[in-house]
Amino acid sequence: MDINPLKVFHPSSAKRNGMWLRVLSLGLGLVCWQITSIFSGVEVFILPPPLKVWSRFLVAAQDGSLFRDIGVTFSEVVLGLIVGVTFATILGYSVAKSRALEQVLSPYLVASQAIPVVAIAPLLVLWFGYGMFSKVLICALIVFFPVLINTIVGIRAVPQAFYDLMKSLRASRKQILMKVEIPAALPIFLGGLRIGATLSVIGAVVGELIGSKYGLGNLINRARVGYDMPMVYVAVFMLIFLALGLYGIVARIEKKLLRWQETFERLNV
Amino acid sequence: MYFAVKNMNTKPILTVKNLSVVFPDNNGGLHALDDISFEVFPRDFICFLGPSGSGKTTLLRILANLLPPTTGQLNFIHNQHPQIGMVFQQSNLMPWRTVMDNIKLPLELENMDESTARIKAQEMIELVGLNGFEDSWPRDLSGGMAQRVAIARALIHDPDLLLLDEPFGSLDAITRERMWTELSRIWQAKQKTVIMVTHSINESLFLADRVLVLTQRPGKIKFDLKVDLPRPRNDDIRYTPHFGKLARKLRETIE
Repeated sequence: MDINPLKVFHPSSAKRNGMWLRVLSLGLGLVCWQITSIFSGVEVFILPPPLKVWSRFLVAAQDGSLFRDIGVTFSEVVLGLIVGVTFATILGYSVAKSRALEQVLSPYLVASQAIPVVAIAPLLVLWFGYGMFSKVLICALIVFFPVLINTIVGIRAVPQAFYDLMKSLRASRKQILMKVEIPAALPIFLGGLRIGATLSVIGAVVGELIGSKYGLGNLINRARVGYDMPMVYVAVFMLIFLALGLYGIVARIEKKLLRWQETFERLNV
Repeated sequence: MYFAVKNMNTKPILTVKNLSVVFPDNNGGLHALDDISFEVFPRDFICFLGPSGSGKTTLLRILANLLPPTTGQLNFIHNQHPQIGMVFQQSNLMPWRTVMDNIKLPLELENMDESTARIKAQEMIELVGLNGFEDSWPRDLSGGMAQRVAIARALIHDPDLLLLDEPFGSLDAITRERMWTELSRIWQAKQKTVIMVTHSINESLFLADRVLVLTQRPGKIKFDLKVDLPRPRNDDIRYTPHFGKLARKLRETIE
């Protein structure tokens, strides 16, 4: 039932313990990084120590340019998600409900997956320009497929018995949708959304690296050209936080909506 | 003591005439039910008894309007399909709804206001003996408890006809016998018209006023037994000579 590749067994009793271990692990990683960059002999401009990255972050945060780039990337990612998820959900539901539509669309759907979005991103930037629109489009395309597939699988997985029950109670089409199909498909759908949220960040960065005016991908390019390696790291970390933040939001939504599932079926983040 | 008294003037609430069902397949069609005719009067408890593959479930699905008959007629009183409450082999509880919310589902579908629905659901919870489990999730219920919730859900909207499809088939023997007594008590309290299918002779005799025996596929009514055991019935009745005599009669007709 679960599509989530990161499915782990995680009893809630061990949660607090796990929290401490995670903090410890992150701290240890930073210390190792600092030690490596000082003692390994690698040029500082290639592997700057974390403290140097931190001070570069503070400088960039003060002049405000960092937040403009974050804002642009964030907007592209979220808009792309909204557009991609909306289309994927509507199409996914229709395909799940109609075998004929599935037959008609499946060659295109499979083909659309055979083309890696990353490979046609340069074309999209060429066609739709350096602005935000081309990035939103890339994000939407990259988000589309996992959400579409999970919507189809989720709706198809609704047990026939629930339809029988609802029909014996003379439920309307809309009532079946609201009271059976949506809640029953939700766990699998949200699994798709979780994958889509992180993919969307990748889509935005790829688009920005190819050609853009602003955004974290653009910032990486600018900093790299100027040999400002700490700034590259700052941008990379901002992207990590962006992806984690989105992932966390979806996980929070899941936790709230899927209270009825057993705790260990879900991923604790 | 209660005896089923049938007024001669009472009209049947359901008349089934020459009902047959054939499922299309590559081999000329699968004949599931053949020439079934019977009448159901208000407050009857009718049991269809038959081996697996006798089309029992198919018959219930037709009565529930989930399946059209191939030939034959189904006439309900006042010519309209009645309100139905149905209990399936599996409890079919929605795992995302609590016990309370599962039970009040039929009322939600009728757009009843929330507070009235909750009061009615609470009454049903008490009737099936699940006080204290209102906010439990289905995953935390035992098989017997889940089936009680399913019974409560099937009764809450005060249906004209209660359809039971081997409702205790998935329970262990001890729980199943306990549920017979429970269902008998609930039926006594609610006085519903019930049509049940089962393959258990004891179950049909303990619960029903009338047992109709179906043959192997294609299912035909082979035997019509009036169960003249007094009500209310309790466990002891299963050990009386008369119960044994009726059981033997049924046993002999089932191949």
